[in-house]
Amino acid sequence: MDRILQSLIDIVGEKAVSNHAEEIWYYARDPGVMPPHEPDYVVAPRTTEEVQRIVQLANRERIPIVPMGNGMALTGLVIPLKGGIVLDMKRMDRILEVNERGRYVIVEGGTSQGKLKSYLEDHYPHLRHSIPDAPAATTIAANVAIHGQGRLTQQYGFNSDMVTGLEVVLPTGEVCRIGSCSMGPYWFSKGPTLPDLSGLFLGWLGTTGIITKVGIRLYPRKKMRDVEIFVTDRDDLVADIVYRVTHTEMVEDITVWFQPKPLMFKDNNHITIYLTGDTDEELEFKRLMIWDALREFIDSKDGGFMSVQPLKPMLLEMPQRGIAAFADVPKGGGFEYSGPITLVDQYPMYAEKVKQLASKYNVVYAGTARIISGGHAMMFGISFAFNRADPDMIDRVRRAVHEATEFALDLGGIPWKPNIHEQKLAMERMDPNTLRLMKMIKQNLDPQGIMNPGNWEVG
Amino acid sequence: MYDLKHDEKVCATCPSADCLLKCQYMEFEQDEAHEEMMKLIRGEDCRVLHECITCYGCEEYCRRGNHPFYLICERREEMGILTAPRPITNQWINMTQMQGKQKVGAVKERVMSFCFLPQLPLMGSGEIFKDLGWSFVFGAEFMCPAVHTHFAKMSVVKERLPQVLENFSELGVKEVICMHDECYGTYTSIAPAYGMEVPFRPIHYMDYLYDRLEELRDRIRLLNIRAVYQRPCSSRLSPQKLHRVGEIFRMIGVELVEREYQGENALCCGEIPRAIAGFRAASDIQRRNIQDMVDAGAQYCVFNCPACQTTLSERVVKFGLKPVHLIELCKMALGEIEMED
Repeated sequence: MDRILQSLIDIVGEKAVSNHAEEIWYYARDPGVMPPHEPDYVVAPRTTEEVQRIVQLANRERIPIVPMGNGMALTGLVIPLKGGIVLDMKRMDRILEVNERGRYVIVEGGTSQGKLKSYLEDHYPHLRHSIPDAPAATTIAANVAIHGQGRLTQQYGFNSDMVTGLEVVLPTGEVCRIGSCSMGPYWFSKGPTLPDLSGLFLGWLGTTGIITKVGIRLYPRKKMRDVEIFVTDRDDLVADIVYRVTHTEMVEDITVWFQPKPLMFKDNNHITIYLTGDTDEELEFKRLMIWDALREFIDSKDGGFMSVQPLKPMLLEMPQRGIAAFADVPKGGGFEYSGPITLVDQYPMYAEKVKQLASKYNVVYAGTARIISGGHAMMFGISFAFNRADPDMIDRVRRAVHEATEFALDLGGIPWKPNIHEQKLAMERMDPNTLRLMKMIKQNLDPQGIMNPGNWEVG
Repeated sequence: MYDLKHDEKVCATCPSADCLLKCQYMEFEQDEAHEEMMKLIRGEDCRVLHECITCYGCEEYCRRGNHPFYLICERREEMGILTAPRPITNQWINMTQMQGKQKVGAVKERVMSFCFLPQLPLMGSGEIFKDLGWSFVFGAEFMCPAVHTHFAKMSVVKERLPQVLENFSELGVKEVICMHDECYGTYTSIAPAYGMEVPFRPIHYMDYLYDRLEELRDRIRLLNIRAVYQRPCSSRLSPQKLHRVGEIFRMIGVELVEREYQGENALCCGEIPRAIAGFRAASDIQRRNIQDMVDAGAQYCVFNCPACQTTLSERVVKFGLKPVHLIELCKMALGEIEMED
């Protein structure tokens, strides 16, 4: 038997390792448009110690190692570009501790969003976490590692801003705790007032270590949640509308979206505004404040609140499944997007670009912006649907997404969970000293270059 | 193009000016109301052009059949006055466009029209509608375009209604059971007001319900409940059918409780005023309406229009009332739907 395979079996047991063709095929790809590349082994550890031993093995043998949550980033971040081991973290899914009064939870590195959501609903109904609009099987650690966003991002920032501590297996095999948990039993701060070392791992796309435990903040779950949609046919008003709504400090989440079909959505920008409250009175007060904040646009007839009652069941879902419906518009269920982070003021330029690209490449589009931290920035999702059985359409979408990212970076945006091509585009535009710092960090943490190679590779 | 049949002499000689005097949402003295209508006829700017929330009430208050509401809509469109914000207006126009996605069942001479309301196909089932089988139509191609009057887009009504009538004509149907009250109002009020010939006999679903309940009388289990009726705006286009609500209620053992906002004084569900007059105005209408239902001691709030039901259900539930459509209520009396505790 293969010596490496036997070593992996010795660490995790026979059932948690595979080099069989069917598993290798599956772990070679993600649901986006990036081309597949096969790993040599797939391993599913159960403990931090097992992860540590696998990393030590990979170091000894100089084998690439790619940590994977649910593999749903769509940008090929867990495709093993240089083969090696894919480390599927999903068996490490225990919820280790909830500190109710401190409002944080500690989970293992493969715990899914759905599992935590259900657990909190059952055991801590007053608490919630920031759920992304991704399938429930996506994992919390992977989400923070790519600077994901969620339902509470408008109020509290990127989901990675909500991290309260990390346990990481370094590329050289040491287990390291980050934040207050490095000094004591409590996971209330990932950095402050210590040097914030979490930045060595968040946003690095698994190239600097493997997150085996993560603490994240929890937030109050109000008894009621409701939604309004403000529509306007003027792209140039969207930033001002968002500015006025966020000024009220009355809203949970804000997303802005547009799409040509179904026809009821044609030609309008939809600003979806989520509200929460413990009483009807609280909810109605907030609703009134928001209406009043937008009075000028209503009076000028440039915008108004649409009927949402029939759409509420879909809008209030967490996570929302509308993306799946969008992916199936051209049939074949494919969906890809570029999601740069940029200023809300740039909304009109992005909106125009999406439509241009859709026309140029003859693909189905949707534009979605998620507002971050009260309007400090937005994630603008330039999304295209495709038929998985149509290679030509896949190629057109790939080119459209690439052009969208170039456009965004030229406007001063930064890429979110960039694929390897987008990473190169970003590094070409980066300050040389910043690049050198990144290289220094990477070389020191991962001297053998075994962690998710091909990603964030500074030349 | 179709022109509104409006006779200005009828308004000029009107002794009451009830159309505006009775308005639930604007206040006028009698002379003022009369003069307001005359300004409207002359095409001058006037309050009603900016303040009317499109409840359709004046169509009922005018006893001389002179279509004041359609005139208001016509004038608004002529003068480029939007009632609701432009993106909302266009959203309604876009979402109700004919796209060739209609559903047509095994159509017979008598057909059920579900308009373009997804709630209605489920209702048109069971013992009451058994004889009609799969004789139905659904979709924008068979939708009454009356909703565009709310947005003063009479041009859309005049463009689409003839096409809807043509679509029915091509099916060769003789009778259309209008499951949506507004369809009946469109075929019996708007179409004749614009000189459009309706190529079938429209039947109001309440008439059909009444006749079927007569036939099924021995199977009716009296419900012994107290209910209020939420009258929709569209009912103002066919006030001659209002009596059916009381008759059907009596037949199935439902007490129609007296309240302030009933009959001519009915208040709208508030959904359209929300877009036209804003949150405060709509909330006020809904609050007064529901409080009136509660004060009257009702257990159920019975709807005629599925859109009103969608708008108000969540709110009436919060006040302890059970929302139900009139057809569902009849199915409860026939034991096809369980009564809630």
